[in-house]
Amino acid sequence: MNIHEYQAKERFRAAGIPVPPGEVARTPEEAESLARKLGGKVVVKAQVHSGGRGKAGGVKLAGTPEEARQHASKILGMQIKGLTVDKVLITPAEDIGSEAYVGVLMDRKAQAPTFMVSSEGGVDIEEVAANRPEAIRKLTVDPRYGLLPHQALWLANALYDDPAITKQAAKVVGQLYRAFVDSGASMAEINPLITTTSGEVKAIDAKMSVDDSELFRRPEVAAMRDTSDEPAAETKARDAGLSFVKLDGDVGCCVNGAGLAMATMDLVKYYGGEPANFLDIGGSSNPDKVVAALEIITADPNVKVILFNIFGGITRCDDVANGIVTATKQIDIHLPIVIRLTGTNEEQALQILADAGFSAFTSMDEVVQKAVELAKA
Amino acid sequence: MAIFIDKDTRLVVQGITGRDGSFHTRQMMEYGTQVVAGVTPGKGGQTFEGPDGATVPIFNGMDEAVAEAGANTSVIYVPPAFAAGAVMEAADAGVELVVAITEGVPVQDMARAHVFARDRGVRVIGPNCPGLISPGKAKVGILPAQIVAEGPIGLVSRSGTLTYEAVFQLTNVGLGQTTCVGIGGDPLVGTNFIDCLKAFEEDPDTTAIVMIGEIGGTDEQEAAAYVKASVSKPVVGFIAGRTAPPGRRMGHAGAIISGSAGTAEEKVKAFQDNGIAVAERPVDIVDLIQNALA
Repeated sequence: MNIHEYQAKERFRAAGIPVPPGEVARTPEEAESLARKLGGKVVVKAQVHSGGRGKAGGVKLAGTPEEARQHASKILGMQIKGLTVDKVLITPAEDIGSEAYVGVLMDRKAQAPTFMVSSEGGVDIEEVAANRPEAIRKLTVDPRYGLLPHQALWLANALYDDPAITKQAAKVVGQLYRAFVDSGASMAEINPLITTTSGEVKAIDAKMSVDDSELFRRPEVAAMRDTSDEPAAETKARDAGLSFVKLDGDVGCCVNGAGLAMATMDLVKYYGGEPANFLDIGGSSNPDKVVAALEIITADPNVKVILFNIFGGITRCDDVANGIVTATKQIDIHLPIVIRLTGTNEEQALQILADAGFSAFTSMDEVVQKAVELAKA
Repeated sequence: MAIFIDKDTRLVVQGITGRDGSFHTRQMMEYGTQVVAGVTPGKGGQTFEGPDGATVPIFNGMDEAVAEAGANTSVIYVPPAFAAGAVMEAADAGVELVVAITEGVPVQDMARAHVFARDRGVRVIGPNCPGLISPGKAKVGILPAQIVAEGPIGLVSRSGTLTYEAVFQLTNVGLGQTTCVGIGGDPLVGTNFIDCLKAFEEDPDTTAIVMIGEIGGTDEQEAAAYVKASVSKPVVGFIAGRTAPPGRRMGHAGAIISGSAGTAEEKVKAFQDNGIAVAERPVDIVDLIQNALA
């Protein structure tokens, strides 16, 4: 789960990181009054779950509260990478002396949190890593001991020469690790970490992704979920316990298992079609889940055909077939449905579906070809 | 032969009295796996009723399961909040292999558990995995036994049902398996592709290997380089997620393209560049394996 900059800044402040004050505005008027409260000269920053906000014109410096209002009226409602901006962060403009990068993420290869720091901040760190890897210092944390003080100092030494500033930065690095752990994060980033012209170190931007598997034990972080810029279908799917991602095609896919769901989408594309979604109904044959899945798929006006691909292992095919029959009685569906079921109790399942008037297949390739054909008809 | 589990596997089930644990324990026993112990804290001294009148003693802790029942392998069905702790308890008790089925274990917990197990020389498979099966010998986890058969193919995969799909197609054309391993869909898993490739290479009964990957991370790319350098047996690959959009998690916690890294194209290319035949469709895996063995 990604959280917004203003939310990540709350987590950072709680860990002790020096972050300038800031508040969220949802209207230009609010932006103006917040700017006045914060001293007049402010930055207006779009709050959306997307990188590249600056390049898209979603971050503007305002010299006066009136100017903040004008910027906010342009940024609110703006689209950034397909997402509509509905709130802006108003924060005082800082006198920037230097910009650095400090980030920590759960590294898959090292199987541990790994820091990356660079004195080249304020730019895309992936570009720095690709073009000037020597400008980056990396350190993998031993998760049993956490980040040790000398390691934090070693990282900070890569950023600054002035010992007074290095000491402040080392403290921030340690606090960032604390925020990362306490939030159950998979990534936490300050870009840029600035020094002001008066020699203070401050985090003026903040980014954080939280491990979804942590949310059950961190209600204060789970409450930060913002569903306003995700498709309604994805919110509904999450509430129903389904794993769903909306795509742009017209073949609605309903599959058990994430790997098979991806392979099914790929096969739709292979046969010249376009998948409308990723959807994993999991191991359950619960008709309620099938109903929720069908409601979500049919709510997408692009969908022209519904494709089920079920591999019965532990899940019994006859249970799933009953689920489909029950579900389609509960909701009115005007789209063609093609079903592939194979594995445990496949014979009974095919009979149940045939009795209910469905055409069922046992081969994945056949059913996908049929679905693509129907979508094009 | 087989890899990681066989007739000598003496299994302890952590979470044997839970809904999933009890169901799958019966399935594993029906398959012929030697289930020698169960662990559920507070239920020590009770007995688990298996199929055909068979019983399994339940202990309060893993130390007793190892000392009194001689368990050498554990399988974990406990809820996410306790799964990493269960891995560490098993590693401390001295089993050789821990298979963690649980999905949704906090990744920071697993970072600690993996290093803890490594320090003790204990292999972890998973978490968020279907486990493994050595046909005709033993099954540890949740893979459906009826779709496998004994034979010469080694199979390793990050997925569950996609693994079943591939195994089923192999079995249907008479290509049985030495061992099928589901390594798990999480970002941090204890056993990776390279560990399995190495074991299959060393297993004299395995004559060809199927490797099923997906988007996210670079495990497949590293495995591809390893195949070129150190695997003499033919390897056939498949990658799921060619149509997955970047930055979105596709079900599995580990199946996400971050930035420009972890795409299907990158992985397919790594396979092809290192002499691994890549199946465009799951059904092509069978043809490619048959070609390799011809």
